[in-house]
Amino acid sequence: MSAPILKVSGVSKRFGGFTALDGIELELGASERLGLIGPNGSGKTTLINCISGALTNDAGSIVFEGQDITRLPPHRRAALGVARSFQIPKPFRSMTVLENLRVPLEYAARGRTERRRIDADALEVLELIGLKNRAHDSSAGLTQVDMRKLELARALAAKPKLLVSDEAMAGLSSSEVDEILEILLALNGRGVAVIMIEHIMRAVMGFAQRLVVLDAGRKIADGTPQDIIRNPDVERAYLGE
Amino acid sequence: MFRNRGDVVFWIVLGAVLLAGFGVTQTIANEYYYTAIYAILQATIMAVAWNILGGFTGYVNFGSAAFFAIGAYTAVALDKWLGLPMPFLIAASAAVCGLMGLGVGYLTLRLKGVYFAIATLAMAIVLETLINNWDYVGAAKGVYILTPEKVPFFSSYIQLLFMVMLALTLGSIAISRYLNASRIGRGLAAIRDDEVAAECAGVPTLRLKLISTTLMGAMMGVAGAPYPFFVTFVDPISAFNLFVAVNSIAMPMIGGTAHWIGPVIGALLVGGAQEVITVTVSSELNVLIVGIMLVLFITLAPQGIVGLVQKWMKRRKR
Amino acid sequence: MDLFVNAIVAGILLGAFYAAVSVGLAITFGQLDIVNIAHPAFVIVGSYIAWILNSRLGWDPVLVGILAAPAFFLVGALIYRIYYAAFERTGQESLSGLAFFFGVMFIIEVVLILVYGVDYRLVSASYLGKNIDLGFVGLPLRLVVPFVVASAMTAAVWLFLSRTFTGRAILAVAQDRLALQLMGADPVRIKQFAFGLAIATTSVAGSLLIMIGPVEPSLGRVYIGRAFAIVVLGGMGSIPGMVIAALLIGVVESFVSSFAGPSWAPAVAFGALLITLAVRPSGLFGRA
Repeated sequence: MSAPILKVSGVSKRFGGFTALDGIELELGASERLGLIGPNGSGKTTLINCISGALTNDAGSIVFEGQDITRLPPHRRAALGVARSFQIPKPFRSMTVLENLRVPLEYAARGRTERRRIDADALEVLELIGLKNRAHDSSAGLTQVDMRKLELARALAAKPKLLVSDEAMAGLSSSEVDEILEILLALNGRGVAVIMIEHIMRAVMGFAQRLVVLDAGRKIADGTPQDIIRNPDVERAYLGE
Repeated sequence: MFRNRGDVVFWIVLGAVLLAGFGVTQTIANEYYYTAIYAILQATIMAVAWNILGGFTGYVNFGSAAFFAIGAYTAVALDKWLGLPMPFLIAASAAVCGLMGLGVGYLTLRLKGVYFAIATLAMAIVLETLINNWDYVGAAKGVYILTPEKVPFFSSYIQLLFMVMLALTLGSIAISRYLNASRIGRGLAAIRDDEVAAECAGVPTLRLKLISTTLMGAMMGVAGAPYPFFVTFVDPISAFNLFVAVNSIAMPMIGGTAHWIGPVIGALLVGGAQEVITVTVSSELNVLIVGIMLVLFITLAPQGIVGLVQKWMKRRKR
Repeated sequence: MDLFVNAIVAGILLGAFYAAVSVGLAITFGQLDIVNIAHPAFVIVGSYIAWILNSRLGWDPVLVGILAAPAFFLVGALIYRIYYAAFERTGQESLSGLAFFFGVMFIIEVVLILVYGVDYRLVSASYLGKNIDLGFVGLPLRLVVPFVVASAMTAAVWLFLSRTFTGRAILAVAQDRLALQLMGADPVRIKQFAFGLAIATTSVAGSLLIMIGPVEPSLGRVYIGRAFAIVVLGGMGSIPGMVIAALLIGVVESFVSSFAGPSWAPAVAFGALLITLAVRPSGLFGRA
């Protein structure tokens, strides 16, 4: 593995008396595809909230490209190259699809984009995602699958080095899942590392080079998809004892 | 300044309005008209200022009257203490009220949005209590302001004030319009639409919200600074008038909050109607009408007049 | 020393009354997350109804407050219906919902001014001028009666919320929608009932307000800060926390009135609110 782009060491997070994360260790190589799985309530979303900065971990550190980002607010992390998409799409509803992309282009990707090239960049991202024909439509009126695509497009417009995709496919049809998978693979092909949270096993297994399994706030397994399927701990976590 | 044809048109209109205002002062002497238009202009600045935070950013300020009153009282105190000329008083009021906006924003904007709204209400009462007990500016009894008898270029002092207010109004509209289309404006809209998503898209939400509250406060202070010279007698009851707060919410809500022109349309329409109703019927009834219009618009047409027009134009296109 | 004891006693009597004003808000703002800034305006309406029936028919203000409560309940339920349909269902409650209640508050105030003018109104009852003399301190009945009624009402609301099925459903609607659905309760109807109940308490609180002192239409504004300060300070929705906060505000205000002058009293609650929001937004008793 090349030098890690992300290094999560000993990260813990409590809510009142409930331990959501307990000493998580995680490394991610540049342009690696990682699947993050685990039963409901196992801490997946809490972990990516800590990585993207929506939550601050109580203990441990998060290092991105050699820089400690543990205490940075989300917008600083976004500027450094950590992007995320939300499980429930959060479009900027008063804006068109294109304007939605202007926000990350003008803020997170600032300095890496010339001002007058912003619209051209936005259209390029929409082309890649397959939303170019909706560029001037209101984002509030999109279909479910287009909303998911817009989530990814907006994350991509931030010119990330790491994309955290939180259940981008939940509730989509089989062919729509394939569409999203194709987009994520194309992104990864451009050198973006991807952490994918997903319940659709077919999608994770096909996409991820490596799987990390969380259960009750602990990491219980870390390996190739083939190893993970055979891991008895994982089976126990999913199927119960 | 001139990014496209719209900009050119906008500045031409602005210049024309200013010139027309000056032309009026040279031809019409009846002071009633200046008093009436002054009131509408003042309400326009307040509405435009409120909308920067309320409409663009999505945070409700109930304490508009407090910003306005502190702007007025800053002018009163500095006029009495140092006898500064009007432009300095306006700048000082802008600075004081801008800091007030920054302060209350910094204290509460890290929390849920409603706390900001409640804090502004609370702030209005605390400040009114302070002024009620501050003898230097007349405390609860109020204070009289001396205005010059003669002024250069204009036949009366009220005409000068009218021109000052017109320039300030056009200035605040220009600022609001520029902000609406700028990168900061897009950041503010992102905050209004979804604050978490905005932060993840790289928008420094706290900083932008503070810019927004500061600008709003400063503009309201500007609207309040000439007020003592306009009425020549200020007391806490008239300066902290709840009606000022209601108007500054109702006008943008009625005009439409998402676009910079919304509060301007709302202020001209509601403000104009108020002047007519006050003369023809009664001023209490006029206050009631604004309240009822506010509630009707937010429940039935939340996008305001601008929204209704946009919907209508879309339908016609099809 | 006498002044000191008097200030404490007056503060406690006043504080219990503040709790009666705030208990409805603790339900709407604290539990339902509805920022009803028109709450104190309804208290003033309660005062005016008590005044009208007292001055025209000679009815006892407390009796009027209790008799009018069902009508207030219906008005509250209706307002929640409008609020739900226009804002809560469409996710517009943050901006438009706030402005809506602001408008309602303003309309109530202006209508009262238009119909009854800006004069101060009073109620009369045979017991209102009398004192209970405890030797070291004299207790005016115009404070003692509101204290007793306010305490009884607050206690009743608290018992209702903590002991009955509907009451527990109201507490649940704030915390766990899913659990509520599992209980087989419709969240909208529960909230409608809770909002009605909250407005019903203002009928009684209003009748107490006008016993304590004269009332005019804009008096409600001062109570916005008091009531919200008390609810936030009390930890958002906790009734016992709210009562302690109300007593605290009552006593501090009473001291400020006695020792710095009554014109400073309104700043107490708002100052407390601002400081709480800045330093400890979870309230005195909330989890940090």
